[in-house]
Amino acid sequence: MTEIEYDRVPDVAEGGPGSELATRLRRFWEGRPGLYGWLATVDHKTLGIRYIVTAFAFLALGGIEALIMRIQLAQPNEHVLSPEQYNQLFTMHGITMILWYALPILTGFSVYLQPLLLGCRDMALPRLNAFTYWVFLFSGIFLYASFLIGAAPDAGWFNYVPLASIEHDSGPNIDFYALANIFLGISTTLGGINFIVTILRFRAPGMSINRLPIMSWGTLTISVASVLSIPAVSVAFFLLWMDRHFGTHFFDPATGGQPLLWQHLFWLWGHPWVYIIVLPALSMVSQALPVCCRRPLVGYSLVALATVLTMVLGFGVWLHHMFATGLPTMALAFFSAVSIIIAIPSAVSLFAWLATIWTGRPDFSTSFDFFAGFIIVFVIGGVSGFMTASVPVDWQLTDTYFVVAHIHYVLIGWNLFAVLGALYHWFPKMSGRMLNETLGKISFWFVFVGFNVGFFPMHITGLLGMPRRVYTYSADMGWGTLNLISSIGAFVLAIGLLITLVNVIRSLRVGVLAGPNPWDADTLEWATSSPPPPYNFAVIPTVASRSPLWEARLGEARSSTPERGFALDHGKETLGTTMLDAVPDVIVKMPEDSLAPLLLSLALAALFTTMMVEAWFWLIASVVAILVITMAWLWPRRSLGEIEGSTT
Amino acid sequence: MWSAIGADWGRQPRILRSSQALGALLLQFYAAPASAKAPLSFLSGAGPRNVSTLTWGVLIISVLVVIITTAILLFATFARRERPPSSTSKERQLVSRAGNPVSVIYAGLILSTVVLFGVTIWTMMTLADIAAPPSKPSITVEVTGHQWWWEVRYLSDDPSQIFTTANEIHIPVGEPVAIKLRSADVIHSFWVPALSGKTDTIPGQTNTTWILADRAGTYRGQCTEYCGLQHAHMGFELVAMPKEKFESWRKDQLRSASEKSLASPGQRAFMQKCAVCHTVRGTRAGGRVGPDLTHLMTRSTIAAGTLPNRIGYLSGWIADPQHVKPGSKMPRLDINGQDLAQVRSYLETLN
Amino acid sequence: MSLIADVADRRLPVGSIGHHATGWWAMLSGIVTEAALFGYLLFSYYYVAVQQHTGSWPPELPSLYLALPNTIVLLVSSGAIWFGERGARRGNITEELFGIAAAIVLGIIFVTVQFFEWHNKAFSIQSSAYGSLYFTVTGFHMAHVIIGILILLSIFIWSWRGYFGPHRHSYVSIGTIYWHFIDVVWLAVFFTFYITPYLTGRS
Repeated sequence: MTEIEYDRVPDVAEGGPGSELATRLRRFWEGRPGLYGWLATVDHKTLGIRYIVTAFAFLALGGIEALIMRIQLAQPNEHVLSPEQYNQLFTMHGITMILWYALPILTGFSVYLQPLLLGCRDMALPRLNAFTYWVFLFSGIFLYASFLIGAAPDAGWFNYVPLASIEHDSGPNIDFYALANIFLGISTTLGGINFIVTILRFRAPGMSINRLPIMSWGTLTISVASVLSIPAVSVAFFLLWMDRHFGTHFFDPATGGQPLLWQHLFWLWGHPWVYIIVLPALSMVSQALPVCCRRPLVGYSLVALATVLTMVLGFGVWLHHMFATGLPTMALAFFSAVSIIIAIPSAVSLFAWLATIWTGRPDFSTSFDFFAGFIIVFVIGGVSGFMTASVPVDWQLTDTYFVVAHIHYVLIGWNLFAVLGALYHWFPKMSGRMLNETLGKISFWFVFVGFNVGFFPMHITGLLGMPRRVYTYSADMGWGTLNLISSIGAFVLAIGLLITLVNVIRSLRVGVLAGPNPWDADTLEWATSSPPPPYNFAVIPTVASRSPLWEARLGEARSSTPERGFALDHGKETLGTTMLDAVPDVIVKMPEDSLAPLLLSLALAALFTTMMVEAWFWLIASVVAILVITMAWLWPRRSLGEIEGSTT
Repeated sequence: MWSAIGADWGRQPRILRSSQALGALLLQFYAAPASAKAPLSFLSGAGPRNVSTLTWGVLIISVLVVIITTAILLFATFARRERPPSSTSKERQLVSRAGNPVSVIYAGLILSTVVLFGVTIWTMMTLADIAAPPSKPSITVEVTGHQWWWEVRYLSDDPSQIFTTANEIHIPVGEPVAIKLRSADVIHSFWVPALSGKTDTIPGQTNTTWILADRAGTYRGQCTEYCGLQHAHMGFELVAMPKEKFESWRKDQLRSASEKSLASPGQRAFMQKCAVCHTVRGTRAGGRVGPDLTHLMTRSTIAAGTLPNRIGYLSGWIADPQHVKPGSKMPRLDINGQDLAQVRSYLETLN
Repeated sequence: MSLIADVADRRLPVGSIGHHATGWWAMLSGIVTEAALFGYLLFSYYYVAVQQHTGSWPPELPSLYLALPNTIVLLVSSGAIWFGERGARRGNITEELFGIAAAIVLGIIFVTVQFFEWHNKAFSIQSSAYGSLYFTVTGFHMAHVIIGILILLSIFIWSWRGYFGPHRHSYVSIGTIYWHFIDVVWLAVFFTFYITPYLTGRS
């Protein structure tokens, strides 16, 4: 470019595949081939798929850990595992599933889908998007390095002090968890910021906030919540690391510290986190289920409101994890009441789904099966949570297998069922090929039956008093049969997931070609080809309703124009719009592929490694590297419209 | 039996639609003789703090909610069944927004709000009922959680009435007993399911709770806050007995070890091998690391509810505690056969 | 009528311009998370403080001798950076450079005085929970001040090279809002550690 332009009237064009405009855009947006392109890409579609694949890899790791534990627990007094091995396994299982699978999988779907749903060409901060992926990957590798030296974290995923203090756990086990958690928190927080800016500022013209796709409501809500809550757990783990290595006394009662400070900080994050890892999954159901039912979602506004309200209340219930710690009765009563009331917004979503199915025409696709199964487990997970919200009952239920059943109904039920439904729904968009429906249905039945056979009996083992986190139990406790059934169910569930894996691999090669909109769905991601071109949309679509592709048939004003809009073809560009009304506001220059995100995350990995091994010289070297790379990354660029000046 | 219901439930939710099946399910719960078959079950209790009424109440509401929503889901899905369209058919028919049944959501919202508020009030009432004991407890027991056993100390204003035992709490039937909870190391949680919910033992703070047993009997207790390697083997027993029997038990416990065993070869071996960690009142053995053994033989379990207190198990435990309870703080002493027999015969005198 | 007709024909700014810039919005979100971070740190302080049943909290009434003037130094630096940013917006490079430089110098003075303040404390980070909290929380703030100074330094270098002007100054605006944030956080930290002990009447 020879001339710096400060403003412009953007061209309006019609864009289709094969048009001259499309060819030009492809030249700007297509990354370089080869290794450099692979490492330097900032394309949200590539990164979204990487997130999904990596998160499923962590699901597999966590799942294998679970199956080993289920063998140990299948019979009383088993000796498959030593207590230490069992404790490391259950801790790593929890950490992996809750931190390295549950949110990253949803982030993957969001990273892939949000720009497409919103009608823009990439995430707001594409390099940051690449950075958060690499940090997620490296933090997971960092965590799993603990297995290599046989010292995986072993104090449970909530890692209570003083059990996790240096006096009671002197090995490196807890340090792996502490540092990996802070490391991952960087990724999650920055990812949240990226989603907030993308959803608030990068919507297609006309997509005012009341036309935001319901899935974007979920992502936006939890991104705000992540940004607000993750510092709590990062602080907690940092203080713990200080206590362990620098002689501070945050959690040590002998010198004025407080063991319960840990629990407060942990659950100030931990409870919002439970909603953070399910709300986007719920909103994916709210997005895709109506398509399966051939109608718009019933009660869009109520569901959006309920999503936000659940999250807000989710910040006010952390103490219900601490009912047994000897709190004053007034606090118990208050937090118990809020914890019961929080079921109300969840009920809104439930009724909205039921009404959508009732008044719709279910298409009985595999996605629909998973969503219908999801609704059943959603209700079971919901009511078991409602039971634990009642303090006197919770005093009995807490820390038993009832709670284990509850969290698995929430985490597998609310998260994994929704994710599998979403996978069958959006896989054609991502790959261009359909998944096989027969294999899908077989997979569904294995997963649904296996899951319920595996986890429903745990409610009863809990009512019969089995405490969680025991590596074995004696035969006279009466838990043997139920545990055996649970173990069998867990393996059936694993087979069901393997069938979907086979389906995915098979479909990538021989699946039926999908075309742009195989489900005849209503939102913008289906207005472009499958898989979408690197620039997503040849023109920035304009939107006049929540269902831009269904307007004609719904008898609404036909004013959305998915194929006609701003061309924005003076380089790598997309449109920024205003926060509430989505009025065009700015033409944004988007960055090229860059190695800086990868290098910076490697430098961060080096920093955390030096903290782990306490190599202070190398720690300083890592910090210097981080500063240099950050400076290079952020150096103002003419191509991004960051520098004043007339010509280059 | 349980299992059949659990498994069928998952496969075929409709089974629960018949009230008969529901009745059978509830009956199963009641019929399960909690104390005998599952000693840690809390579905039938023996005191006001067990809150089994509220537990059953919310459980039944929950089961009903699951049944009703599943029924609605199945009806909604199958009552309006359309032929599955082939994946190639485009532009399938849509249901328009007209007749948007948002009112269903409002109706459901009102219904669930009423139920939830009702349960909230019920919760508050139950909470108020069990917040304080019906009468002022005359007995206070201080229970200290250790990795991985329970120290039990009967407090009194009169120092001569204070004594310590381990892993077994005796209380009189029909009167509230105050429990003060402390921790010697990490956080544990005190739980006697049939009598009361959980209360944590937390370093640096003393929690209090109370229990009341309506019926005489032996109730199983367990640590429920994950506390390290042997969290699984941190049980105890709570024995509720008539007042007069309790008083005589208390008098027995106050005694020091019987004189006749002093200076036996067994006692010498005990002093050499065990006294660093264990106390036997009335002797030089004054260790505070492990349980007080003054009246070991009156207790029905050893190693914190891990094994029955029978002579064979006791020998095995002393010979190789790390086999029974890997990671336990009781070390393997490499004790020879003769010493083992002597220590064991000494322990047998501690009644 | 198609919606595009309503929005076409309007001139739109191109590139990273003032509060239209993506980075500006990212920084606002970043400030929210940073504010939450300090919120949790101060929560930790207050939680541990109210749980003290014995002993003195804090061990000594904090001296305001250095801390109060230092607080004023930091507040003045906020004024300086405001002046610098205004210069950037108006295209006055002298004001821009002067404002940023003054903020940097005042920031460095703050850091230096704060080191003396630390040095003068009778307790250490290891001596008690209070010491741990005091040094960790003020240490977190110090780290932010140092990062802020590095950001201002970068902006100074870039301004020196003539990168910014009336059309392109989002970097300056982003750095400025972050620096203001650091000052506001200090007020919260200062109030917590230096003022509340006087208010609660403990010594």
